[in-house]
Amino acid sequence: MTTSSSTTAPVTTSATSSRFPMTLVLGLIAVALLLAAPFAVYPVFLMKVMCFALFACAFNLMLGYTGLLSFGHAMFFGGSAYISAHAIKVLGFTPELGILAGVLFSTVLSFLVGLLAVRRQGIYFAMVTLALAQMFFFFCLQAKFTGGEDGLQAVPRRALLGFIDITKDIHLYYFVLAIFLFGFLVIYRTIHSPFGQVLKAIRENEPRAISLGYRVNQYKLLAFVLSAALAGLAGSTKVLVFQLASLTDVAWQMSGEVILMTLVGGMGTILGPVVGAAVIVTMQNYLAGLGEWVLVIQGVIFVVAVSLFRRGIAGEIVAIGRHYNAKKTPE
Amino acid sequence: MIELLGIPPQALFGQLLLGLINGSFYAMLSLGLAVIFGLLNVINFTHGAQYMMGAFGAWMLLNYLGVPFWGALVVAPVMVALIGMVMERTLLRRLYHLDHLYGMLLTFGLALIIEGLFRRQYGSSGLPYNNPLPGGTNLGFMFLPNYRAFVVVASLVVCLATWFIIERTKLGSYLRAATERPDLVQAFGIDVPRMITLTYGFGVGLAALAGVLAAPAYQVSPTMGSNLIIVVFAVVVIGGMGSILGAILTGFGLGVIEGLTKVFYPEASSTVIFVIMALVLMVKPAGLFGTAK
Amino acid sequence: MAALNGTAPLLSVKDLHGHYGESHVLHGMTFDVHPGEVVTLLGRNGAGKTTTMRAIMGLLRKRAGSIRYEGTETVGLQPNKIARLGIAICPEERGIFASLSVRENLLLPPVVLPGGLTVDEVHELFPRLEERRNSQGTKLSGGEQQMLAIARILRTGAKLLLLDEPSEGLAPVIVQHIGQIIRNLKNKGFTVLLVEQNFHFASTVADRHYVVEHGRVVDMVENDKIAENAARLEAFLGV
Repeated sequence: MTTSSSTTAPVTTSATSSRFPMTLVLGLIAVALLLAAPFAVYPVFLMKVMCFALFACAFNLMLGYTGLLSFGHAMFFGGSAYISAHAIKVLGFTPELGILAGVLFSTVLSFLVGLLAVRRQGIYFAMVTLALAQMFFFFCLQAKFTGGEDGLQAVPRRALLGFIDITKDIHLYYFVLAIFLFGFLVIYRTIHSPFGQVLKAIRENEPRAISLGYRVNQYKLLAFVLSAALAGLAGSTKVLVFQLASLTDVAWQMSGEVILMTLVGGMGTILGPVVGAAVIVTMQNYLAGLGEWVLVIQGVIFVVAVSLFRRGIAGEIVAIGRHYNAKKTPE
Repeated sequence: MIELLGIPPQALFGQLLLGLINGSFYAMLSLGLAVIFGLLNVINFTHGAQYMMGAFGAWMLLNYLGVPFWGALVVAPVMVALIGMVMERTLLRRLYHLDHLYGMLLTFGLALIIEGLFRRQYGSSGLPYNNPLPGGTNLGFMFLPNYRAFVVVASLVVCLATWFIIERTKLGSYLRAATERPDLVQAFGIDVPRMITLTYGFGVGLAALAGVLAAPAYQVSPTMGSNLIIVVFAVVVIGGMGSILGAILTGFGLGVIEGLTKVFYPEASSTVIFVIMALVLMVKPAGLFGTAK
Repeated sequence: MAALNGTAPLLSVKDLHGHYGESHVLHGMTFDVHPGEVVTLLGRNGAGKTTTMRAIMGLLRKRAGSIRYEGTETVGLQPNKIARLGIAICPEERGIFASLSVRENLLLPPVVLPGGLTVDEVHELFPRLEERRNSQGTKLSGGEQQMLAIARILRTGAKLLLLDEPSEGLAPVIVQHIGQIIRNLKNKGFTVLLVEQNFHFASTVADRHYVVEHGRVVDMVENDKIAENAARLEAFLGV
């Protein structure tokens, strides 16, 4: 997506001596809060938020930073979930190996899908990813090993690394937190790397990036695979939390949801997707009893966000902060 | 009767006919999408929901107002088209100056709202709609139900009429010109924003018309649009969006291929179109009839 | 600028400012065009001539100032409303539609006022276009496309024609032909505002020339004084 005046430029990479310690301090405070959180808030809820936050952050690597809308990310999230669930439940893998298996699957699948999808631009990329994801959905529906409409249930929480007990939610929480922070750090480092700069250049002005000599399709493919691998990581982790992998995870509605989270939270900002995931998951929890209204409400949020709040929550906050800063500095 | 490759002719031709029927809907829906995309540069994700509204329109007209199928065939598309034009005028139009993906996301959101509201009201399972043309003719190698023949013929007529209007009439020349250079066409004195609204309405009307035709053929259900639209996207990617005739041919062709797959290799029938899409992307990324855009 | 022969100007532009996005391109253009005149805007690339034409036609979104046509203020109007007042544009890039035949291209602009040429009259002026009427619009040669671009606005009944660099990139023989056509149109009573870099060509058709630099009119030269000013203008235009 090319930037317009209503989408924010991503977080700057300049680490001036006055800003770096600040970010570090805030980061440490956030981690401290996250470490203490499960004693105040229901751990399963927190874990769900973190899984989806990771999913959304991974997705944002494509949408916010490379400017490509993938409408089929559920196939990586859910596909990885199925593989992990199968590996753990049927093949007896320990959780970390099960997750690894899932991530490997997403990586390979996304490479193949990406080879096809990056051949088209913009809107076509979205349609191709959607169609391929739907194909994957039908495959999952029909394949024996996915358990069809029932999915793979009662996936055991085996001992982590063979000896760490994660059957209690609070123990699992710290493992999930570690995964989330790991994934988030990978994304953070990617964005602030030379590779990340090229992605931004592609988003802002692809023809120019091409004319500068960058093999744009290779960059897009790499970003796609990285994004899918992390989405897979989120999906596999979710299996541990809910001990379930089902068709919901690979349905197009799931692809739509991650787009919604990123849009609401603020694409093109690093924390936006986290905020968006928290908002949407919370909302779904509260509205769980309302059945079909959830669909309507999500649709309304989509329409409102796209029409009026394209910067998303985090984006609006950043914009307000910039505006305030600009006012403070004398002309 | 002679069996073809181990399949009795009844089954083969019956399935082919069903394939043609599916193809009729693929053709009409991808045609509507192509017309809208050509001028507005927006992928109308709401297309599936508007198709569903057409079917429900026919159902509601029959069950609440006693309007029979033949009346619904005219009234429902007009009603849904009007709703679509209001959507375009109030919501979609604001996004034209932005990246086209926002338009797609907006129509996606609208599709969620519409489907959610209908599911809320009518549940997720289907409602029946009576066949307005019961009976059929025995052709020897197969039995031809009247209504199915009607659907195929009607869709062909609508598709070809649309092609004719766009490619061979003055009205169509305005549309084609505005697709290339809307600013210049406006500088000649034509109210292009209004043309855009009407074109969107036309595309939506086509979707709703397909929905009315679908009502007696499939059941009327709130989810009938969303699963269909994704297949139609694949059809559009295969055909490419540059050509009206291409959309029609691709739609019918893929329907037939899907039908044949159901006969010879049923497990693959729900994915064959996606597989073809993957193949086309490898060989001709712009689509079979597409102009690189 | 003093009115010629006491007649009121057909087009009166006063202090026209224009922006492309953030970039301020027109800095207060002021000039008149009287009925039946052929007037040129001369200037280098980037001087703001085409931008001025687009502003008059309503195609430049960010514009301010005054543009009066037959007394009606048009600076805030949509392009289709401006066209319906009787102004028509032949853009620099010609804008021939590839998905239309020559005939469809010709008939595309609707008739906005009475008094335009009939299709037969247009074919008389441009016989090539009748011969090639079923060809795809963009299959014509450059010169033929230019003819088509001019021809199609003659049917509409527009009285003020905005021609943007009609001679650009064309062979001298065709440029001469176009000059003839413009003089012909003048005789028929059309008013023409012409944008040109080639002031030699401009001097064969125009009554007056406005010199444009950095989005501003810096000079006005009557056509009968062009010989005296030739050297200065050549230097200025970087010819």
